[in-house]
Amino acid sequence: MLAYIVRRLISIPFLLLGVASVSFLLSQMTKGDPLAALVPERMMSNPEIVEAVKAEWGLDKPLPVRYVRYLGNLIQGDLGTSFSTRRPVATDIAERLPATLELVIAAMIIGTALGLCLGLLSARFRGSAFDSLARIFALIGSSLPIFWSGLILLYLLSVRIALVPGTGRLPPRVQPPPTHTGLYTIDALIAGDISLFWQALAHLALPAFVLGWAVTGIITRLVRSSLIEGLGQDYARTARAKGAPERVVLIGHALPNAMIPLLTILGFTFAYLITGAVLTEAIFSWPGIGSYAVRAAASLDYPAIGGVTIVGSVAFLLANLLTDIAYAWANPRIKVH
Amino acid sequence: MSEPLLDIRDLRISFRGPDGTWSEALRGVDLSLERGGVLGVVGESGSGKSIAMMAFLQLLPRGARISGSARFNGEELIGMAPSRIRQIRGKNIGCIFQDPLSAFNPVLTIGSQIAEAIRLHDRSVSRREALKEAERLFEMVSIPQPARRVRQYPHEFSGGMRQRAMIAMALANRPELIIADEPTTALDVTVQAQILDLLADLRKELGIGLVMITHDLGVVAGIADEIAVMYGGKVVERGPTDPVFYDTAHPYTAGLIGAVPTLEGTGALRQIPGTPPSIFTRPQGCSFNPRCERAEAVCLREDPPFAVHGRTSCACHFPLGPSLRVVGS
Amino acid sequence: MAELSNALGTAASRTRFVGLRRLVRRLPPTAKVGAAILLFWIVTVLTIHFWPVADPLAMVGRRLQPPSGDHWLGTDALGRDVFSRTLHGSVWSIPIAIVVVAFAVAIGSALGAVAGFFGGWWDAVIMRLVDVTVSFPPILLAMAVAAMLGPGLANASIAMVIVWWPIYARLMRAQVLEVREREHVEAAVAGGAGRVRVLVVHVLPLCWTPTLINATMDFGQVVLLAASLSFIGLGATPPSPEWGSMISEGATRFYNWWIAFGPGMAILSVVLATSFLGDGLRDAFDRRAG
Repeated sequence: MLAYIVRRLISIPFLLLGVASVSFLLSQMTKGDPLAALVPERMMSNPEIVEAVKAEWGLDKPLPVRYVRYLGNLIQGDLGTSFSTRRPVATDIAERLPATLELVIAAMIIGTALGLCLGLLSARFRGSAFDSLARIFALIGSSLPIFWSGLILLYLLSVRIALVPGTGRLPPRVQPPPTHTGLYTIDALIAGDISLFWQALAHLALPAFVLGWAVTGIITRLVRSSLIEGLGQDYARTARAKGAPERVVLIGHALPNAMIPLLTILGFTFAYLITGAVLTEAIFSWPGIGSYAVRAAASLDYPAIGGVTIVGSVAFLLANLLTDIAYAWANPRIKVH
Repeated sequence: MSEPLLDIRDLRISFRGPDGTWSEALRGVDLSLERGGVLGVVGESGSGKSIAMMAFLQLLPRGARISGSARFNGEELIGMAPSRIRQIRGKNIGCIFQDPLSAFNPVLTIGSQIAEAIRLHDRSVSRREALKEAERLFEMVSIPQPARRVRQYPHEFSGGMRQRAMIAMALANRPELIIADEPTTALDVTVQAQILDLLADLRKELGIGLVMITHDLGVVAGIADEIAVMYGGKVVERGPTDPVFYDTAHPYTAGLIGAVPTLEGTGALRQIPGTPPSIFTRPQGCSFNPRCERAEAVCLREDPPFAVHGRTSCACHFPLGPSLRVVGS
Repeated sequence: MAELSNALGTAASRTRFVGLRRLVRRLPPTAKVGAAILLFWIVTVLTIHFWPVADPLAMVGRRLQPPSGDHWLGTDALGRDVFSRTLHGSVWSIPIAIVVVAFAVAIGSALGAVAGFFGGWWDAVIMRLVDVTVSFPPILLAMAVAAMLGPGLANASIAMVIVWWPIYARLMRAQVLEVREREHVEAAVAGGAGRVRVLVVHVLPLCWTPTLINATMDFGQVVLLAASLSFIGLGATPPSPEWGSMISEGATRFYNWWIAFGPGMAILSVVLATSFLGDGLRDAFDRRAG
């Protein structure tokens, strides 16, 4: 297992190189003329300006030179300049990343906690009405178009019964807390502003639930099936023979064994979360990199899309690596080797 | 006369088959064990020997239909409330299972699993005290370096050490009865002998009653006071150990003894031809008849009654006489 | 010889037919419901032009009316009938999903089979390509490709094929690696059959089950991703009644919840149907194998 992780670690730079190359190729194959986005239209007739811009952006160089320069910039953290915001893409992303992180972390917590609870209760009372309901809830969660469920829930819970506030991270005209982590809920706590914390949390609740629901479906199914499998294992019979009640067999014995497949699935759900975050942010006007990517895609802002894609891929690869490490850490049969 | 430790009468168990009909896996079993005694229950797989024990401990999967009586210290176990049987399991009756690797939880340390067995029955013991007790139990079953071993996981133990740990866990609450289900089958031959010696010593030292379930007569020969041989969901022969071996009455028992290699035995090892019946395809009459050399017409028709025959009791229409003794003939 | 192989062929196809019928009979009720829902949508796609429903592109009533007897799912911001538009939406979503899955299966399986069967450099190159492709979060890769090619359903479809082919490449490679070791394949190789012939005739026919099950399950996911791309403006463009772009129209007026309700339910029905059917097929095949 350790050897596997080392191999994975070694493969990551190569995969990143592949990702960067594909992103570069995509950006070079665009039909639109990058010059059009860089040079104001009335100056296009001025060859001197056009040449100067070409030289500045390196567009006069042959493809391999541009490729090398692109990679060089990438290593220095330069993702290019957004056509629409006219600012470095890296700066844009850095500014918006905490919003996405806050959403994804909250969704992960909701999805995992809810999935564990539902899975545990389903396994404990399998075959009951509760089991069927939980299974339907889980199945719908992983089948719903997230951009639709978000919309419908926003209408029902915010417009009709005002249970949660509307879109965005905070009410309009409310100042965000001073930045430490970029996560408004945490920053509000650090600043000691409890009412601001509740406001941020209330805004976070619905989008995080919508996003977490999709994950809940996957986790509930997995936890339920691994728990039921565990209850039929020899170690469960041993526990019963020791006098353990069924609740202890489930939580003390089957659950620790179910954590191992759960860890492997978490990396997989991360792909779900990224996809979901893009759409959820679009629905809830959440100022993260997902809504940034949507706006960039709509305005054909290639550097911005490319930047988000690369950052997303890095996060994705890291999440999978973390999963592997967590798996090795959680499984005592692997730990010794 | 004092009451037996365990007294099983007419125990019957049925399972629902694939076609929805009920089939009897256990067809009226009587067994009993004196306090501090050792009973060997011998039979091939499918004879019902394990499920008889699992049944009165209520460890069978749901859906099994159980009738009859199983009294432990005079208390009826069949139909007992789950909360009460849980108090008995692990406290008064300890279990040892065949495959110690799968019987231990792979993701918990052995020590914590033994500590759990203690704390399930006495909440006043702290976790730390329970782990200390686990170390003492390890010493009792001769596991070296107990302080280090209790913190290890099942896969870090060898097969023999794992079974020792299993025995330690069964002993944790000083039970009056231990049920050992094929405790040596999964082990190397040399290790088997060590585990059997350990069980015999501990049992004698602590005065625990022991039910030893095995397919191998040789395993119980040196340890059991009494032997019950099971076939097709019934006890076919029962008696004190020596008579069962030397005044064998049932042809099946004789077949099993023939399958035991003895040091003196110079002739070819005899084997029982054929395979044991499954509970869904049991033959008419005596269920041993397809494999029995002595079977006559009546054996195909009628299930033989259980009766005293010489120094043992057996269920056979044509029991073996003294002239047909297998060992020493 | 030819006659013999012909006879064997018909016998084989007959058993395959009987097997299919037995398979269908063995499907659990949920899988049959799933199959029925899919069948409903396919029939709708083929016959929608003959249905007595309103023109999906015409203004047929007052704007933004809630559901009523005349307009079962209300009308949208341009006074078009949402119920009719929802039904017509299938004409976009279902064929696109079929095409995307078909291309992904064809490309992925072909590359996976080559990688698994020939090994060596083929394997190394194809599988590294797979590794890089799956390093992208699917929606971001699809967005990047769709944006690069320009908006439109055709380009979105290409983007989705690029996202999906690696799954089938991995599946098929694993299958081929396993089947390659079986005796009849080794016998065919020993008998002097060409490598390509062995692959096509002796190996591939035994490799389709996991691909089929996966394709069934992915069908719904493709419908979902296609709608997602349309929702963010990279797929179908207005005024076509595609489900994703209908929901995006509804999103700007979400007080009029009914605009998005129909297409959302339509997408949900397809995704649920394919996961029911996929689960049922997997269980049925598992039991047959076991």
